Amino acid sequence: MPEISNSQAPVQPEPSPPDGQQPAGAAAAEGSAIRQFLLLRGNSAIADRGFHWLMVLCALSIFGIVALIATELVVRSHLAWSQFGLGFFFKAFIDPYSKLPMYWDPVNGHFSALPFVYGTLVSSFLALLLAVPLAIGLAVFLTEMCPRMLRAPLAFVTELLAAIPSVIYGLWAVFVLVPLLREHVNPWLIKLLGWTGLFNDDNPTGLGFVSAGVILAIMILPIISSLTREVMNAVPGSQREAVLALGATRWEMIRMGVLRNARIGIVGAVILGLGRALGETMAVTMVIGNTPQIQRSLLASGSSMASVIANEYAEASGDLHLSALTEIGLALFIVTIIVNALARLLVWAVTRGAPAQVH
Amino acid sequence: MRTATDGLATGLAVLSTVLVVAPLVAIFVYLIYKGASSLSLAFFTQVPKPEGETGGGMANAIVGSAVLLGLASLIGVPIGISGGIFLAEFGRGTKLANAVRFTADVLNGVPSIVMGIAVYSLIVYQQKHFSAFSGGVALGIMMIPTVTRTTEEMLLMVPHAVREAALALGVPNWRSVLSITVKTASPGIITGCMLAFARVAGETAPLIFTALGNSNWSVNLNEPIAALPLQIYTYAISPYDDLHRLAWAGALVLIVLIVAAVSLVRYVTSRGVLKGAS
Repeated sequence: MPEISNSQAPVQPEPSPPDGQQPAGAAAAEGSAIRQFLLLRGNSAIADRGFHWLMVLCALSIFGIVALIATELVVRSHLAWSQFGLGFFFKAFIDPYSKLPMYWDPVNGHFSALPFVYGTLVSSFLALLLAVPLAIGLAVFLTEMCPRMLRAPLAFVTELLAAIPSVIYGLWAVFVLVPLLREHVNPWLIKLLGWTGLFNDDNPTGLGFVSAGVILAIMILPIISSLTREVMNAVPGSQREAVLALGATRWEMIRMGVLRNARIGIVGAVILGLGRALGETMAVTMVIGNTPQIQRSLLASGSSMASVIANEYAEASGDLHLSALTEIGLALFIVTIIVNALARLLVWAVTRGAPAQVH
Repeated sequence: MRTATDGLATGLAVLSTVLVVAPLVAIFVYLIYKGASSLSLAFFTQVPKPEGETGGGMANAIVGSAVLLGLASLIGVPIGISGGIFLAEFGRGTKLANAVRFTADVLNGVPSIVMGIAVYSLIVYQQKHFSAFSGGVALGIMMIPTVTRTTEEMLLMVPHAVREAALALGVPNWRSVLSITVKTASPGIITGCMLAFARVAGETAPLIFTALGNSNWSVNLNEPIAALPLQIYTYAISPYDDLHRLAWAGALVLIVLIVAAVSLVRYVTSRGVLKGAS
């Protein structure tokens, strides 16, 4: 608390040489008025210390929130954990009658998170595949190529993209994107890539992994691109000048001078985007189809970890069902904490020393 | 050859920029087109009609959102600003401050639905009923990390000389922080709070099983309450065209609020309003 002693220090020298003890004339009257004013306003070490600790307490509440989430999730998911153990995330049940694998059967109390883990991974991976090249392209354009005039509006536009609530993305996806994909893109995918078995023609709704992946890509683009931009801005200008001085073209300068220096931060930005994609709930819930199944086709409908929670939590049938859903939430919490921490560390490693920015 | 590669790379960068901007334009155009044609006075003054009937509005959802956001701000704004003051004024460079800053950033990335589960288990599960109160708490907790970080960034923009001047006059430290530093940065802090406000205004996931939604008029904190994003969600996945129109109108109202907040933040941070105030 160096500041506290600082604040006291100037008080003492203020009434220093002549008028300290001898009340003489107008100067002293003025001095005492100031002092009285200060005393009235609570000039005391106790107030200072109290204020300091209050602020510390509020800052510590951030840790409190993390601890609160963790304990609540652990306590509430204990039942499912003791019942299924770790197999909850990768084991299927065999239905005694049909001999087919079963995953999610709230009626008979069989729960396995496998299809949801699969759905989350597939949709997030698709999103990254689509978003990363575009985000890096946008960042390169904005930092290195863009005319100064266009820079601010384009940055603002991507910022807006990040601020749109996910339910509005979902609304748009349901009424515009999904029909568009269904009518124009999916038939083309089936025709061209049907032979891989990844694109089957048996889901007429258009709701599924591809739709979820595309809307997720649009949603994580701004975060990846704005962080990539920040990281690229942190690369010193002398790097660029040095490469250009060697006779490189602009692209070579960007590749060798900028991208190579910023690559760790860019990886961090991509991981942060992954974190967003893993936990994204509303838009995915609205377009993924919500069926707990694992199919090879990317056009098939599925379900993700977040979407099953959103769909079933409020109407969970019984404690075990609730507990199983909470365990999925706990897994989501742990994974996103790790992913975000990793991403922040990578971005910090590159931008350390660069001025703070408001996103 | 090298020039050709250069041209190709430039072309690809421009293309990706176009591909990024295109969906945004598409979303906005469609939203305004659909939303504006569905907005009416009834939207702001009436409660939803029973399913299948035409007409009705979202008055209950707008008021419900206002109640939830008011509650959330009561929780998130004071704690968040205080946390930011700690980071910028007391803890600068200390290990504790770095840990708080890092945790706030990580917490920002935790999916909002997880926050919903935690609040469900903390409040709804104990009380055995859904309530507006629990929804407000969930949103309030989500505001804290954002407000903390923006407050810190705004306070760091206040020149050091201002602080020193206050201290040199013998003003106690707590008063110098509150009525000099924070006051100087207040336009920035207020817009930072608005940004956090706008972000949680669109949050749906943590409300699904806390505030739950309500198709009737209710402002009781102990009962389920309607909220704009929740209503948009329910209407979007319903089979009725009329409800779809209401969802678009609701989305337009929500997005206007959010764009206003984001633009204001942009204006404050870019125009250096802070410098003018100091």
